Amino acid sequence: MAFASIVIVNNLVFTKFLGICPYLGVSGRIDMAFGMGMAVTFVVTLAGTLTWLIDHLILMPYGLEVTRYICFILVIAGAVQLVEMYLRKFFPKLYESFGIFLPLITTNCAILGLCLFINLWGIDDFLEAVVLSFGAGIGFTLAICIMAGIRENLKMADVPESLEGAPITLITAGLLTMAFMGFSGMIK
Amino acid sequence: MAKKTNSAGQTFIAGLWEENPVFRLLLGMCPTLAVTTAVKPSLTMGVSVIFVLVCSNIVVSLMRDLLKPHLRILMFTLTIATFVTIADLFLKAFLPEMSAKLGPYIPLIIVNCLIICRAEACASQNGLYISVIDAFGMGLGFTLVLCLLGAIRELLAVGTIFEIPVMWQSFAPWAAMRMPVGAFITLGLLLGGVNLITRKKA
Repeated sequence: MAFASIVIVNNLVFTKFLGICPYLGVSGRIDMAFGMGMAVTFVVTLAGTLTWLIDHLILMPYGLEVTRYICFILVIAGAVQLVEMYLRKFFPKLYESFGIFLPLITTNCAILGLCLFINLWGIDDFLEAVVLSFGAGIGFTLAICIMAGIRENLKMADVPESLEGAPITLITAGLLTMAFMGFSGMIK
Repeated sequence: MAKKTNSAGQTFIAGLWEENPVFRLLLGMCPTLAVTTAVKPSLTMGVSVIFVLVCSNIVVSLMRDLLKPHLRILMFTLTIATFVTIADLFLKAFLPEMSAKLGPYIPLIIVNCLIICRAEACASQNGLYISVIDAFGMGLGFTLVLCLLGAIRELLAVGTIFEIPVMWQSFAPWAAMRMPVGAFITLGLLLGGVNLITRKKA
């Protein structure tokens, strides 16, 4: 249930405005979009899980909440670095296909945003945190692939010159958001 | 990257229009869309960003000779995270309702591409004075855009600006403006408008 909720009803891009920068930048083609989505899913699942663990096992018991943001961002940066090194060593093909996306993901608001939301929603169950993280990544992938599909078709449409690029993408995103609004209330 | 030799005044003005972070550089989109439901939260977010941007630019500029290439981004991020924590605690203490409303978007200033970009592009290469001016210019540009967007959305969604009723009595509020839909579409149209203006000038 939590999985379906975060993928569709509380989609990170459409309802929480997270990951907009890569969303606008990388949604030009479906294959790039999918690659970015997979990279984000990979990192966000890892980051969400790690930060939940650190938060519940170290920060809260010892009253160190004030260092939360610094800890989270360190974990995320470290996780991305490790993932990058690991992939480069053991799965070079996969590393090639991720390309420059991996380093970009560190500053992706979606990752830190998700970690903070898990914190905000008071998720006490480890499994739920993992499922939410994974779902968030899948939701992002879904959103960015839909957008890529639309933009590929937009290239053949007659868009007014001033609206080309970012403006029309934003307007399209708005319409997509409206469509996704139809799901709200379906799942708690 | 070559060192910029702009005068202080030019750097400041650039942040407001020519290189406006949201309209021209397309940075800091996430908070722009998220908090601009009304003018008050927009202003709060804008001022917080100015605070963090200026402080982090100062620190980065002061330590620019000590930065190792690999660890650059990490150092920037840690510095920014520290100042954001300060800002967040300040807001929680003195403006609790606003802090609750802005929620996780204040800590998200840490990953706001705007601040990291300015640290990278300006503060790590220029002296203290220019870095501070640049920070103020960019921060002010960002705040102005946020307030503009906030004003439009608040006006159309509830008929008030800064909680002062402005529209006429029989005005039917356009609730969509308060939701994500309104955010995306308004920003898209504004960006289109800005493109139109700059294209005409060129």
